[in-house]
Amino acid sequence: MIITVASGKGGTGKTTVATSLALALQEHLAVQFLDCDVEDPNAHLYLRPTIQRREEVGVSLPVVDFALCDYCGRCAEVCAYHAIAVVGQKLLIFPELCHGCGSCILNCPQKAMHEEPRPVGIIEEGQAGPIAFAQGILNVGEPMATPVIRQLKKRLQECQPGVVSILDAPPGTACPVVESLRGADFALLVTEPTPFGLHDLRLAVEVARDTLGLPVGVVINRDGVGNTGVEDYCTAEGIPVLMRIPLDRRIAAPCSDGVPLVEAFPSYREHFQDLYNWIVRVQLG
Amino acid sequence: MKQIVVLSGKGGTGKTTIAAALAHLASREMSIVLADADVDAANLELVLAPEVQESQDFVGGQVAVINPQTCIACGVCAEVCRFGAVVREENGYRVDRIPCEGCAACFYQCPANAISMENSVDGRWFQSRTRFGLLFHAHLIAARENSGKLVSLVKQRARLAALEDHSDLLIVDGPPGIGCPVIAAATGADLALLITEPTISGAHDLARILALTEHFRIQALVCINKADINPRRAKEVAHFCTERGVPLAGCLPYDMVVTEAMVHGVPVSEYTDGPVTQELIRIWQQVKDHVLVRSAETLSNGYIP
Ligand code: SF4
Ligand code: SF4
Repeated sequence: MIITVASGKGGTGKTTVATSLALALQEHLAVQFLDCDVEDPNAHLYLRPTIQRREEVGVSLPVVDFALCDYCGRCAEVCAYHAIAVVGQKLLIFPELCHGCGSCILNCPQKAMHEEPRPVGIIEEGQAGPIAFAQGILNVGEPMATPVIRQLKKRLQECQPGVVSILDAPPGTACPVVESLRGADFALLVTEPTPFGLHDLRLAVEVARDTLGLPVGVVINRDGVGNTGVEDYCTAEGIPVLMRIPLDRRIAAPCSDGVPLVEAFPSYREHFQDLYNWIVRVQLG
Repeated sequence: MKQIVVLSGKGGTGKTTIAAALAHLASREMSIVLADADVDAANLELVLAPEVQESQDFVGGQVAVINPQTCIACGVCAEVCRFGAVVREENGYRVDRIPCEGCAACFYQCPANAISMENSVDGRWFQSRTRFGLLFHAHLIAARENSGKLVSLVKQRARLAALEDHSDLLIVDGPPGIGCPVIAAATGADLALLITEPTISGAHDLARILALTEHFRIQALVCINKADINPRRAKEVAHFCTERGVPLAGCLPYDMVVTEAMVHGVPVSEYTDGPVTQELIRIWQQVKDHVLVRSAETLSNGYIP
């Protein structure tokens, strides 16, 4: 079972929910946790894993053998991202623009190009107690997060009965979020009951349910602020509200210190277990 | 014309709330143009009540399309596609447009010329009038590529408008993170106002976004939002700023009035003149000192950058 925890925007408590869900389930199930928010992975601050393995993530970058290249310009012509420029007897490659598609290599008439990996981030793996933990970290200054997430997702312990994989998605609704949601069995969307929260929840539903066809459920965080917009929207759309976490300074303070919700308030353990059981029962039959 | 960008390593730190308040405060003393660079989740419009004047499609890139009539089902396209976008169907192949990155590798390799590259409309961008100045904003269709490109487009339009109208300041509300859209939002900024929170992840996020502004040599100021939720951590963040030589522009208290203002659809500084607004005024003063006054000084000293 793969559950991706997402939210249209950041700061809604997505990581709080994802980490607490993992901690609540670890007693009864084999839990794997993947932090896919590679631009800003934060779950490790709550789960405190020991990292045992590190692996570099590379994307393929074309490299030219200038002894063979006759500057015909074909590679530049076929590159959809303008990552190659050929001017006279000069060939330039702009690594940040390259998506690593390999088309230039396939098209070079002189066979003057090959690929070498260019590091864009790392994957760290380890254990947080019984939880198998992995996170991706994008190098600062690198624009593309998706390759790191794709690599991270190769660690998914898919389809093994009794294993639940929890993926903490990045904020937003663009490519990295889609990559984190693709292939999940359930999308747990975290929001807050404000106009910003509602606006972003709609977008998250558009991606998870409408585009990717995933079953979705909502967790309302900071319940009690704002207005009833989110609630009304969920009712109208038939989206179940699976949990409410009240706005409470007593919750905000320990969370800000890296204490997971279920540790600060053990009663939430049961709420998260119920939530999981609901997903298994109702959604997956 | 000066350009400032409001950023935060992660979302939900109050970036938009602060950007909207700065827009309100700045517009009382100078002419401004606004750009909402968070095209994934554009929230600025919820508090600025924009009146759309112009809107246009955004073509982010291309997608490959296979013509089933000409396809001979050889599978070459699926072999060369590195994004897993070509899927096998019963009697041929089809491109799934979500993972397709439009690289055209399949287009060039298909022996039957069965593939065409088509423009992909990935969103819309808007020019709107608000009571503070022009706002440029956009919507990326959910799950589409190229948010960085759309951010660049929105910013370019905003810059052009600001130059044309001889505006004093362009305020950019940035997206969260440190990836491609953030880089696009930060490019060309004279100052970045970095918003953080006094949480265990707050300091961590701040360090990452600061590494980015340093990497691109953009002068930065820090603002701690909800500082009183965890005074000890707020102090740590302040200390971190001193160590890194980044000025702390201010500490906003946690106040429900911020959410109330959001629910009413106005910038918090317009809604109340309580403690939050008083601190925002001080932050605005600092921003002004750093971008406008300082650069005027360097100019009067005859310094040409
Ligand atoms: S690998 Fe793809 S993106 Fe990179 S230069 Fe070659 S064709 Fe362009
Ligand atoms: S390469 Fe061309 S002919 Fe071969 S399967 Fe793909 S689209 Fe069809």
